[in-house]
Amino acid sequence: MKGMTVIVKKTTQLIAGLIFMYGIYIIVHGHLTPGGGFAGGIVLAGSFILLILAYGSDFLKLIKEETGSTIYENLAILMVIFLSLSGLLFGAHIFFLNWLPKGTAGELISAGMLPLYNIFVGIEVAASILTIFLALIIFKEEISK
Amino acid sequence: MNPLIPLYVTIPLAGAFLIMVLGRFISHFNKYFASLILLFLVVISFLSLISTGEGVSVYKAGGWEPVNGIPIAIYMVLDSFTAIVLCIINLIGFLSVIYSISYISRYTSENYFYALFCLMVAGMNGVVLSGDLFNIFVFLEISAISSYALVAFGVEKNELEATFKYQVLGLLASFLILFGIAFIYWNAKTLNIADIKMVFSSGYNKSYHYLIQLLLLSGFGLKAAIIPFHAWLPDAHSSAPSPISAMLSGVLIKAVGIYVIIRLFFNMFAISEGMAILITTLGTLSMVIGVFLAIGQWDIKRLLAYHSISQMGYVVMSVGIGMILVSRGIRHEVATLAITGGIFHLINHAAFKSLLFLNAGAIEYSTGTRDLMKMGGLAKSMPATSATSFVASMSISGIPPFNGFFSKLIIIIAAVMARFYLLATLAAVVSIITLAYFLKFQRYAFYNASPGNNKNSVKEVPFPMVFSMVILSIICLLLSLLAFPGIREAVLSPVTDILMDPSKYFSQITGI
Amino acid sequence: MTVYLLCFILFLTGLYGVITRRNLVKIAISLSIMEFSCFLFFALIGYVEGGAAPIVNPDDPAKLYVDPLPQALVLTAIVIGLATTAMLMAVIIRLYRKYGTFDIREIRNLRG
Repeated sequence: MKGMTVIVKKTTQLIAGLIFMYGIYIIVHGHLTPGGGFAGGIVLAGSFILLILAYGSDFLKLIKEETGSTIYENLAILMVIFLSLSGLLFGAHIFFLNWLPKGTAGELISAGMLPLYNIFVGIEVAASILTIFLALIIFKEEISK
Repeated sequence: MNPLIPLYVTIPLAGAFLIMVLGRFISHFNKYFASLILLFLVVISFLSLISTGEGVSVYKAGGWEPVNGIPIAIYMVLDSFTAIVLCIINLIGFLSVIYSISYISRYTSENYFYALFCLMVAGMNGVVLSGDLFNIFVFLEISAISSYALVAFGVEKNELEATFKYQVLGLLASFLILFGIAFIYWNAKTLNIADIKMVFSSGYNKSYHYLIQLLLLSGFGLKAAIIPFHAWLPDAHSSAPSPISAMLSGVLIKAVGIYVIIRLFFNMFAISEGMAILITTLGTLSMVIGVFLAIGQWDIKRLLAYHSISQMGYVVMSVGIGMILVSRGIRHEVATLAITGGIFHLINHAAFKSLLFLNAGAIEYSTGTRDLMKMGGLAKSMPATSATSFVASMSISGIPPFNGFFSKLIIIIAAVMARFYLLATLAAVVSIITLAYFLKFQRYAFYNASPGNNKNSVKEVPFPMVFSMVILSIICLLLSLLAFPGIREAVLSPVTDILMDPSKYFSQITGI
Repeated sequence: MTVYLLCFILFLTGLYGVITRRNLVKIAISLSIMEFSCFLFFALIGYVEGGAAPIVNPDDPAKLYVDPLPQALVLTAIVIGLATTAMLMAVIIRLYRKYGTFDIREIRNLRG
């Protein structure tokens, strides 16, 4: 599909970086303010989707169906499962144990393993929404040929 | 705490994503890795069945102990009923994966098939193992979404239409279940099954309870395909690829439909007589209408799908008879016999219905058609398929010494001893009509004279498919040993004890 | 009490859309409306009169908080709903390619 006009292209060029940083802020502060992994991941994917919509998919030259974002998604989920099973190795051998030291409430580095879970879940949600969007765009191109 | 319990969910989940990552670099990795994962699950589920006699194993995720006597952790509970259903899920999953090593090679993108299959098995294991209501909902959605994708695997016209109908009705079931959970939370302020029982046993509002029970029965009844919620089943089960049909019809409608209904109505709610009569009526209607709707079906898999509805009706009717007797408080040993018959028929139906669907897939693989009027005379050219198909047809019709006979006999005896003579007569009549249909299936597919156009090119199917079918038919013969008094006490009696005695389940959970 | 009644009216609006519309995409949107009414009902159950938002400020703790458990459950359920809607949309696009139309009255291949 073709891209949009010059005004839309320039505006998204300026804003896409800010949206990306905002998504990372929501993910990392997930244990202090509302948000966390899911909401931050969707904002993160939104910045990429905005760029693709503004410039058109002809610009990307997508040829095959397997896209690189599925590798990120699978690796992120494997890291989440590995982190949850790591509680079985240390300490009292319980699944999903929170074994890192918990600091004082209100600091950025505190609450044990929760920030790590938030980061990997955020990467996973962003990669999967991007994969769904790219798969639907490639399929639309096949219909209109 | 038993350390094996979280492995049932994490190992298939990790395996599915490992297949997606490594499957595109190493060829043939996906088939053998999926078989290895399911073999490991079969071994640990049989270990759990042997080691869980009468007790209840509880696992608290995160290690959070109860505060002031209120359980606050995510509980995973393994008792004897759970152990039997886990064995069924993993064993039939393992045999379906072996079967699909040669069947799925005719489709493209095999990677996704094995990954979705492992996800579906992980979801079903999670539903059976969870100890509170919201976890049941989350794992049910995982296995349902995987099955929507697997039904539409070879993207032709029929399969897409079937999966669209299946998806809309599955979404409606999820809404009803979520409404039911919301009403329960409003009243009890907790979502742990044992804790809800304790709150409800100290006084409740009768009409409010009827609303909750009707909502949950409709939601899980849609998943289990009881009449009048059966409209998606013939399309979805006949359009899917054959190993997926075997998994859907043999395991999925039991593990997320019938298992949850039995667990909630016996261990969570106090049984009232109105609901028990309603459940028995729905079971009887499923049994009768399912057989009569199969008149005039010449497609093999649609015939088998309609018979699934009627056999599930047997299980629900028998459990309903047990519930009526428990709610009136009389004739304790007859109620035990009825529930034993129902659960024995559940196990048997998983075995012989999966075998029938695998046979239908083998016939389609060799001859390329599913219409009964176009095939014939296959007994000479496909000996293994025709022998196992004969075993499965005799089992479903209830001929001794196969396993269907013993479970139907126990159900009919329990109905007669409880003085429900009409239900016993209907059960016997439906069994005779089922025998007539399956004799027709055997005659037209295997023993008729061939129409002449495909006589020479039909060969036996490859070795992995024959291996699965032969193992399943040996299991059908072995399961008839469960009716004898020595083995029945060891396997089936702990199940009925923990279902009928209301204090055993939650004293073990809230006491620990 | 009127809040719960309004949730139920939203559910019935979505149900009306599923039953009477012919276009496949409109059926999918009506299913989404039904879903959101369920989530709204579930999140409204945990309201406590005069409660504050459930975030603990260490300097100034409030006396009464709103119940945070339904909010966490609804967050999970929203993500599940997203996955289901994405699956439905993919099937609809494939159906358009095979049949050439979005009309549901044309898609009637399986009978009996």
